[in-house]
Amino acid sequence: MSPELAITLTILLPASATVLLALMDKRPNLREAVSLITAGVLFFIVFGLFETVLDGARPAAHWFDVIPGLSLSFEIEPLGMLFGVVAAGLWIVTALYSIGYMRGNNEANQTRFYICFAIAISAAMGIAFAANMFTLFIFYEVLTLSTYPLVAHKETADARRGARTYLAILITTSIGFQLVAIIWTWVAAGTLDFEIGGILTDKIEPTLLPFLLALYAFGIGKAALMPFHRWLPAAMVAPTPVSALLHAVAVVKAGVFTMLKVGVYIFGIDLLSTTGAADWLMWLAAFSILAASIVAMTKDNLKARLAYSTISQLSYITLGMALATSLGVMGGAMHIAMHAMGKITLFMCAGAIYVATHKTEISDMDGLGRLMPFTYGAFFIGALSIIGLPPLGGAWSKWYLMLGAADTGQIAMMVVFMASSLLNIAYLLPVVARGFFMGNSVPMAHSLGAAAVHAKGMKAIREAPLWCVIPPCLTAFGCVLLFFYAGEIYTLIEPVAFPKGAAPS
Amino acid sequence: MLSSLTPHLPVLQVVVPLMAAPLCTLIGNRHLAWTIAFITALAAFVVSALLLGSVLDGSVISYHLGGWAPPWGIEYRIDAANAFVLFIVSLIGVLVLPYARQSIEHEFEASTHTYFYTCYLLCLTGLLGVAATGDAFNVFVFLEISSLATYALVAFGARRDKRALTAAYNYLIMGTIGATFFVIGIGFLYMVTGTLNMADLAVRLAEVGDTRVTRVAFVFILVGMGLKLAMFPLHLWLPNAYNYAPSAVTAFLAATATKVALYVLLRFTFTVFQFDFPVQELTFEYVVMPLALVAMFAASIAAVFQQDVKRLLAYSSIAQVGYMLLGVALLSEAGLTAGIIHLFNHAVTKGALFLAVGCFVYQIGSSRLGDLKGIGKTMPWTTAAFVAGGLSLIGVPLTVGFISKWYLIQASLQTGSLWIAGLIVASSLIAVVYVWRIVEVAYLEPAPEGRANKEAPLAMILPTYALVAASLYFGINSELTSSAASQAATALYSATDLASEGAAQ
Repeated sequence: MSPELAITLTILLPASATVLLALMDKRPNLREAVSLITAGVLFFIVFGLFETVLDGARPAAHWFDVIPGLSLSFEIEPLGMLFGVVAAGLWIVTALYSIGYMRGNNEANQTRFYICFAIAISAAMGIAFAANMFTLFIFYEVLTLSTYPLVAHKETADARRGARTYLAILITTSIGFQLVAIIWTWVAAGTLDFEIGGILTDKIEPTLLPFLLALYAFGIGKAALMPFHRWLPAAMVAPTPVSALLHAVAVVKAGVFTMLKVGVYIFGIDLLSTTGAADWLMWLAAFSILAASIVAMTKDNLKARLAYSTISQLSYITLGMALATSLGVMGGAMHIAMHAMGKITLFMCAGAIYVATHKTEISDMDGLGRLMPFTYGAFFIGALSIIGLPPLGGAWSKWYLMLGAADTGQIAMMVVFMASSLLNIAYLLPVVARGFFMGNSVPMAHSLGAAAVHAKGMKAIREAPLWCVIPPCLTAFGCVLLFFYAGEIYTLIEPVAFPKGAAPS
Repeated sequence: MLSSLTPHLPVLQVVVPLMAAPLCTLIGNRHLAWTIAFITALAAFVVSALLLGSVLDGSVISYHLGGWAPPWGIEYRIDAANAFVLFIVSLIGVLVLPYARQSIEHEFEASTHTYFYTCYLLCLTGLLGVAATGDAFNVFVFLEISSLATYALVAFGARRDKRALTAAYNYLIMGTIGATFFVIGIGFLYMVTGTLNMADLAVRLAEVGDTRVTRVAFVFILVGMGLKLAMFPLHLWLPNAYNYAPSAVTAFLAATATKVALYVLLRFTFTVFQFDFPVQELTFEYVVMPLALVAMFAASIAAVFQQDVKRLLAYSSIAQVGYMLLGVALLSEAGLTAGIIHLFNHAVTKGALFLAVGCFVYQIGSSRLGDLKGIGKTMPWTTAAFVAGGLSLIGVPLTVGFISKWYLIQASLQTGSLWIAGLIVASSLIAVVYVWRIVEVAYLEPAPEGRANKEAPLAMILPTYALVAASLYFGINSELTSSAASQAATALYSATDLASEGAAQ
């Protein structure tokens, strides 16, 4: 298969799967089979591309011009490859998990759910592989719109309100700021292609650069930089598979990925570091990291806590870019993968707990860990990876981010990273601790016996359905694997982070 | 034989529908009348497509009516600008007819259908004539033909709602004032130049120069056309006329009538007067542009608070006219291109939207927001078409609305006004609010008990989808529209150059 065809397929395959999904409306088994097979094939293709890119190739595909001079075209570079492989890989896991979750909860409108999900993945692939900012923006908007029905899925007043906030913030920022930034770039530079070293050098007044960067940074609402972060907690009304894949991986990572792309390929790290245009962004990201962590501590709703944790973690990546140094970019890029793996684990565990017990508040979850050991075990591992302890993947990204901060002499940023790690411990580990060590009041299925429980009319609590438990265990295992395979990611990203071949000592 | 007709295309464009119009009434049978009307509209469309094809390279066709040479005889002068307008008008004209045949069945007695087709064709004749002619007084004549036919067409809505009569009457008064102002303006021009041919006028006016009479003439023409094209605050006739007219009429008028009036304004501004007359520049900068900006916000905000979808779209139209005028008022070729491209894009979008609303009205007898609850489930295809149009109104990528916004923002950034770009995106965000109000009602509210799942007839769905398809196609591949628009802008500008050359000789 030629790389060009492969790229086209990664976008069209999930998009065309929607037709089959729609046809299988009344046959859930076939429908889910379509969803799984598509996910599998997609990953196979993306992984094939991954090998190619790792070897240094840059496969490209040109579709057509939308506006004369502005084309829909794709070129895979390392950052996009990383994002693509993470999103495609985790889609398989989530597709499995969705089956368990959606059936376990008897959700309505499941076909619509699967269709929108497939479109969202297609859009994520388009974002990952876009060769220019124009293409990226188009798929960025497709992603926003295709996930709206997923957030509004339950159609309750709550869901509607959440979805409204979601859409309002994402559309406002993208059309209000990002589009203006893109057109400004186009008018100034005459191109929107991603090029290492950026396209803006000498094209725009240095004094205007921070302003343009602000239009981008706030315009990329999906990166959830404060004060435009409210959509992420609002999106938590969605079914958990959505929160897991989209609001821990595809959507939010699309945001920070775009942020990295803008930093590396539109402005260029050198331009940012010589003009200091990103200094303010660094401080704002640091503020986001700490403030969101502190808010997370106050949340009793598990998904809300995870959402604020995500806001905080996303700003790690923004901060990595704003440091305007190679190591920062490396750390930021790695964090895309590491955080994705860790956070999806946490979300899937939260969903499993919900399916099994219908509990959403952390204070109600005392003692559940002893009843759901696998779920809680996976949660524990995911949490440790987010905190950044070896031997889990999260350790490496924090390592490089810290190195980046040290490299630029930003002691304050090192302190922020350390403080944030401590805050992570403070808001994630209590969930596990409560699960394993507190509370006895919950009736235990295995001690009472299922029959006895039913006789009393009480609902026994045990592990969620199989397909809700296996996926988080897989991703928890993935967190461990990532620790040992981080070298691969390093090799992949190296040409972007160190374009001049100046590897760190 | 056909090739012998080729030189006469400019006049056939107008004469064919003019002759067919009385036939519809004389023949007396509504089915035959429809057939005649449809064949006529189709012929007009073919003619306009041929004309557009032959002038897209920048050439000009000059047709002398009755063989009388201009400036004594009437000249039909086709360049890229009016060929593009002819194309839009006849495209909408032919698409709406099959729809009208079905929709008017519910709206008024069968015995009056032949009159309807006569009025429709007369209106089409008038609009095409205004665009095709190169004679200033001829513009007035055709403007009156189309306007009188329009008043009658609006009044056809009286069967469904008596208020259509007052709406039509209101429109009649306002429209007549507008036409009178226009003809007074022409009178002044004739007074100082002694000619009515527009190309000739341009040459003579350059000789006359900037006198009080020419200034007054320009302002009269501006106000007259401002009334016809619903320039804020001269838009008061529009909401009621659009709201109470039969569905097909609303769609047809919204997509064509205001656009043709705008074309006349452009023709007079750029070709007849040269826009570097100081009074013109000042008027555009200090009157038209502020009014356009106010329209964009005031009308959009008014749209948010409407309870009837037809009325909501009517206010949105006023706002969209603001965008077009804003592009023009930037007084640059890029701005003019943006205005013209939006003229086409908005015609397609608004046409599709009004047709979709007409389907709702046909099926459930109302376009009030409260009656559209759950319509997304009972009429999924129509609602999907509506949403596609709505997204285009917002300016989401891959729709024509996006192309318009892109060009407008680009033009305003090129003239160096970031704040105008900001206002454009800000006002288009208001569109998100009013479109999403409808989306939420349509999809997230339960349908009332007992409403059958029934789509509008195919004859109505297909034209709607034809326009939706156009609004998507030209959003994905804007090659044709953007080249036509920039060619049209060049034509308007170069006419200015020609005139100044003539003056120099």
